[in-house]
Amino acid sequence: MTSPGTPVLEVADLRVEFRTDEGRVQAVRGVSFQLNRGEVLGIVGESGSGKSVTSLAMMGLLAGSARVSGSVRLHGTELLGASDKALSRVRGQSIAMIFQDPMTSLNPVYPIGYQVAEAIRAHHDVSRDAAAKQAVQLLDAVSIPNPAQRVDNYPHELSGGMRQRVVIAIAMANSPEVIIADEPTTALDVTVQAQILDALRTAKDQTGAAMLLITHDLGVIAGQADRVLVMYAGRVVEAGTVEEIFYAPRMPYTLGLLGSQPRLDMRRQRLHPISGAPPSALNLPSGCPFAPRCPLAAPVCEAEEPPLTGAGGHLSACHFSDQLVGLEPADLFRPVSQDTTL
Amino acid sequence: MPDQEFRVAQCSQTQLVARRFRRHRLAMVSLVVLLALVLLAFVGGWLWKYSVADLTPDESVPPSWDHPFGTDAAGHDTFAQVLRGTQISIGIAVLGAVVATVVGTVWGATAGYYGGRLDTAMMRIADLVLTLPFLAVAAVLGHNLGGSWWLIAAVIAGLYWAYVARVARGVVLSLREKEFVEAARAIGAGDARIIFRHLVPNAFSSIIVNATVLVAIAILLETALSYLGFGVRPPDTSLGLLVSDAQTAVDTRPWLFFFPGLFIIVIALTINFIGDGLRDAMDPQQTRMRR
Amino acid sequence: MIPQPGTPQPVLEVRNLVKHFPVRGRGLARRRAGEVHAVCDVSFDLYPQETLGLVGESGCGKTTTARVLLNLQPATAGHVHYQGTELTQLSSKAMRRLRRELQIVFQDPYAALDPRLPVNEIIAEPLRIHGLYSPSGREDVRELLRLVGLTPEHGNRFPHEFSGGQRQRIGIARALALRPKVLVLDEPVSALDVSIQAGVLNLLADLQARLGLSYLFVSHDLSVVRHIADRVAVMYLGRIVEVATADELFSAPAHPYTQALISAIPLPDPRKERARERIILTGDVANPANPPSGCRFRTRCPLFAAHLTDAQRHRCAEEVPPLITHHHPTACHYTELSTLPALSGLSVATGDDLPRCARAMRGRERG
Repeated sequence: MTSPGTPVLEVADLRVEFRTDEGRVQAVRGVSFQLNRGEVLGIVGESGSGKSVTSLAMMGLLAGSARVSGSVRLHGTELLGASDKALSRVRGQSIAMIFQDPMTSLNPVYPIGYQVAEAIRAHHDVSRDAAAKQAVQLLDAVSIPNPAQRVDNYPHELSGGMRQRVVIAIAMANSPEVIIADEPTTALDVTVQAQILDALRTAKDQTGAAMLLITHDLGVIAGQADRVLVMYAGRVVEAGTVEEIFYAPRMPYTLGLLGSQPRLDMRRQRLHPISGAPPSALNLPSGCPFAPRCPLAAPVCEAEEPPLTGAGGHLSACHFSDQLVGLEPADLFRPVSQDTTL
Repeated sequence: MPDQEFRVAQCSQTQLVARRFRRHRLAMVSLVVLLALVLLAFVGGWLWKYSVADLTPDESVPPSWDHPFGTDAAGHDTFAQVLRGTQISIGIAVLGAVVATVVGTVWGATAGYYGGRLDTAMMRIADLVLTLPFLAVAAVLGHNLGGSWWLIAAVIAGLYWAYVARVARGVVLSLREKEFVEAARAIGAGDARIIFRHLVPNAFSSIIVNATVLVAIAILLETALSYLGFGVRPPDTSLGLLVSDAQTAVDTRPWLFFFPGLFIIVIALTINFIGDGLRDAMDPQQTRMRR
Repeated sequence: MIPQPGTPQPVLEVRNLVKHFPVRGRGLARRRAGEVHAVCDVSFDLYPQETLGLVGESGCGKTTTARVLLNLQPATAGHVHYQGTELTQLSSKAMRRLRRELQIVFQDPYAALDPRLPVNEIIAEPLRIHGLYSPSGREDVRELLRLVGLTPEHGNRFPHEFSGGQRQRIGIARALALRPKVLVLDEPVSALDVSIQAGVLNLLADLQARLGLSYLFVSHDLSVVRHIADRVAVMYLGRIVEVATADELFSAPAHPYTQALISAIPLPDPRKERARERIILTGDVANPANPPSGCRFRTRCPLFAAHLTDAQRHRCAEEVPPLITHHHPTACHYTELSTLPALSGLSVATGDDLPRCARAMRGRERG
């Protein structure tokens, strides 16, 4: 039994490389972090940042053509390179995954009540009836209306939001140590999103699991995460508590991300976008991958990729992170509307 | 500091396809062999010392330096005959496949675009054509319409366009709802423009693959027809006719049978492999991992 | 720009627009088994040089409204007047002429451009179709590329060589080729990364100022709409439930659905976000083929669930609430009962426009 605050999951120098027709793609280039019991770690990044590949690699869910190296330890047990059999035991039981598309996890030919009950029975020695009753309770816990009638519905009879809640209920049934939620609300309407985040929080509180929340939505991170990792071009470029990231970012990309976000509570102002686009993983620039878009870029940035360093848990990968203290996005990013990159 | 945007593809779609095709070894080899054969048939046949009608004094001679493929009972040089036969057979197959592709594409694309009753009617006709027993129908038509080679090509086209129509319709159906089609409508494009400028070009890859398979099928069909006597007739010759004429001589003068037969097999095989290579090269979903 | 009394005539007038899709049954004859009421009696105006945001979640009918507006799909009933001309009854030839003035930008930058045509051709196509290409077509295309922040060299490339944001710019250039007056934007930035969205939004704002365009901005993302729209219309299950200026809508929403919608949008600000009280709706959006009678929102409405008497509930189930103006048009029988403390953490940054609320309503409704 781990006490709160001790690491449940430790990832060290995770690297993922794909070989494709067009060449080698380094999707993840040395990601390290720790997930402590009871906390929510948010991983935020845009497309191409490698955030989803990271979680899939941790679970051994990538295609055989992917080369994964590094270390992923669950309570000290190494997951990378473990046999598929051993991993299958870990998946679902110790680590539950919630994907963007609920149909990845739901079996279309069985009613949802049955699927939840089976998950319960897989890990607890209870009778079918007891499991069925618990299933109804779990469905209620994730706010499915009329759960006692809904248990007989098939997945295709439910809306996307309901299906996602069933997936969360199944995750809860397994009492996992870690819940990995990979863009769980991206495909859903915003009112449903609020319900799902609520259900996720319930799942986390009731099972005591640690949660890895992967998303591109800064608002979701702000509301749910305790600590945050910002990923760009396959690396973590900033790590810290949620307040540190949002109120005192130390990496220009984070600052740019915050500045380009339109907000409900701001009147119409000029947005401050980051010029250019995230680099293609096939053709990463030398040095810091953000340098081509960074207003602070200097020759040292192209020569040397900055290491992830910092004091007191707030890490950033920038040669000039000190210069960012107290800066607003508007100070660094001019509001442009051109995109002349080629 | 110049902005740098890194693109995945540095070249056009055609170049990408060509690059992927080159990696398919069997297809590349087949392409080379086929081109060599075609060159041999057309250029070589023109340059060769003997022509098809020449009657040499050497009768029923096995392959020698003077007659690489031997001669037949009347003294015709088999090499010249095989080259000529190849010209005709390939000509028929290519013409037939091209006409079938053009007709089938227009038919299928129109049906797929408009949908509804027009689609149903047009595709029922195509389905009807597909149910006909090709060989029998081709034989009857070939017999009645005479044996000139382009007529045979027309008969082949007249039967095989339906395959292409099916493929074209399928692709158009899948593309019809894409936003760039809606965008074309929004800027005022008429139906014809949308079909021919937007939908058909995007269906090219599927259609081309289908067309190469058609050529192979046409070669074999022509061979069968001519073998049965319903295809090309003398004084023209074709590979099928040569095989047919030589069937009695299989034991005594195998070279008369062997060489045309070999050419038929090689042509059909190489076209098939090229078609395979094209299909693999054009498939955008496939990312073959190099181990 | 907020329409004041004495404002110019609206450039686009939509009245009682209806669009139903037949639902075909199974079986050989495939008879109509019912209808999906995608758009039900929608009316609004678009004024010159303003941006009207049309917001709602999936299934609310906003995308269908945009399509029907431009006659890309025929309306089942209703009228659309563009500068006095009635669009719904036009022949396709007459409509083609008007397409020059009413253009659309699509959501998916990866599907909206023909992958086989180079960018120059994509942008030139509208000019060619309308016979406007010669004599200065090439120069026009170059000018359009510059207008959207790309360079003329980009013209020789193919769509797959560009990023999503750049493709969207190409789509905008194509839409502007015919010098339209009205641009319908259907979720133009939803498929883009956040840092890229900002560039495209800035571009749209610039273009509106430069070219005097009117925008109908359809989106599900209220943060984006907050940023770009002058007025906002909220749709739910085919009907408009509230219309207000952006400032009013976000500081004092009157309809319970709008309130819930705004409350659900996460704010990228940890302290404010965690301090907010939420209105959590139960259930999911009802089936548009079988919408609830009367007020379509009543099955999820927190007011209906907990704060109305039986008689009032009966009225919600029987009577479709019309758009009545208290402070701004709202389609709710009991709008004076609803309030919005859930926005207490959402005060407008510049300090003006204090929220108008009546009684406080407890957050987490379940029921």
